[in-house]
Amino acid sequence: MSDSPAPVLRAERLVRTHHGEGAPAHAVRGVDLRVRRGEFVAITGPSGAGKSTLLHLLGGLQRPDSGSLWLDGECTDAYSEARWAVERRKRIGIVFQFFNLVSNLSVADNVELPALLAGVSPRHARAEREELLAELGLTGKERSMPGELSGGEQQRVALARALVNHPPLLLADEPAGSLDSKGTREVMRLLTRFHLRGQTIVLVTHDARLASAADRVISFFDGRIADDAVLDGVPPRGTGTSGVLELRD
Amino acid sequence: MRLPLLALLARGPAHGYELKQDLEQLLGSAYPQPNVGQIYVTLGRLEKTGLIEGEEVEQSSRPNKKIYHLTDAGRDELRAWYEETADEPRVRDEFFMKLALAPQTGLADQIALINRQRRQYLTTMRNLSKLAAAENRDNRVAHLLIEGAMLHLQADLDWLERCQEELEEPQ
Repeated sequence: MSDSPAPVLRAERLVRTHHGEGAPAHAVRGVDLRVRRGEFVAITGPSGAGKSTLLHLLGGLQRPDSGSLWLDGECTDAYSEARWAVERRKRIGIVFQFFNLVSNLSVADNVELPALLAGVSPRHARAEREELLAELGLTGKERSMPGELSGGEQQRVALARALVNHPPLLLADEPAGSLDSKGTREVMRLLTRFHLRGQTIVLVTHDARLASAADRVISFFDGRIADDAVLDGVPPRGTGTSGVLELRD
Repeated sequence: MRLPLLALLARGPAHGYELKQDLEQLLGSAYPQPNVGQIYVTLGRLEKTGLIEGEEVEQSSRPNKKIYHLTDAGRDELRAWYEETADEPRVRDEFFMKLALAPQTGLADQIALINRQRRQYLTTMRNLSKLAAAENRDNRVAHLLIEGAMLHLQADLDWLERCQEELEEPQ
């Protein structure tokens, strides 16, 4: 269809090799990927498969050795570091495994900072921050410092920070990787909620439970896409509500 | 279902429909709708083997109902159940045999088999997530049951990943 909008993200033949000590590590070996608006895509695979490197390429945190990347149909190949920094403020929100909050700024300031840097008025930044923190169940924590919060709370602050400028694309790199089971469920619930509202999400995780919140799961092995599956909600077998437990005589 | 029914009767006498409701309440939506017919059949067998005893109770406008209680033999059976540990879950042996034998048959590609199996597990995982989201937050037993199923599935998925790593290794 000629009038269908460009994908939020499009990658072609992305390659990235790490040159450290020893043999070069082929982290990403020719990846083609399209992410449509509103999709929730999970990238899973064993550690060392290159999935985090791939996510870093998609967010401009690392640059590919070769291949091209488009955001909303716009080629990013010629983007400078400064230009990428602007994109990461406006068009791409990112959350990381270890939250990466600014430790000597309060929760409120951590969330407002990207909005202020993007040129939003302090009043508007504050309103956005209040709304997001309320939504994420963090009202009352505005004045806390990140170190005073639990891991799950810190990740929610990081999520608020990533979404404060309403970026069309949210990238999440092992967002539950340092959280306990309860924190993992919380992150899963929130990502699902934002996705249902139309947020496009690309999530990297080794946790299949988290990945199952997405509606498309890419299996990444050895720098390549091994499988790309759309999960339809069709129940597996026809028995009962679920068949989690089957009591037999 | 024999022993769970005995366990429910350890608390006191009950009739078949009450037992069905107790199970539903305990296990929430994770439990495939208990079939009341199956419950009555099982109760009949338990009575025949002397583990429970039934007593007909007259009801004014309805057919009689039967109230069951645990016998001493039933209580001993239940005690023995609690004395044993349960068997460990088994590796998905049917899939494993398919995978192991695939190269000899020339009929299936091992990586394709793994990918297809993974899709099924992920779909089931997704359904379990939905089930957990829909379940009453306060029903801890139901949530633990769903979480148990998810963790087992997670282990199966990890194992598929290991199979794929081994089999995709460049020769």
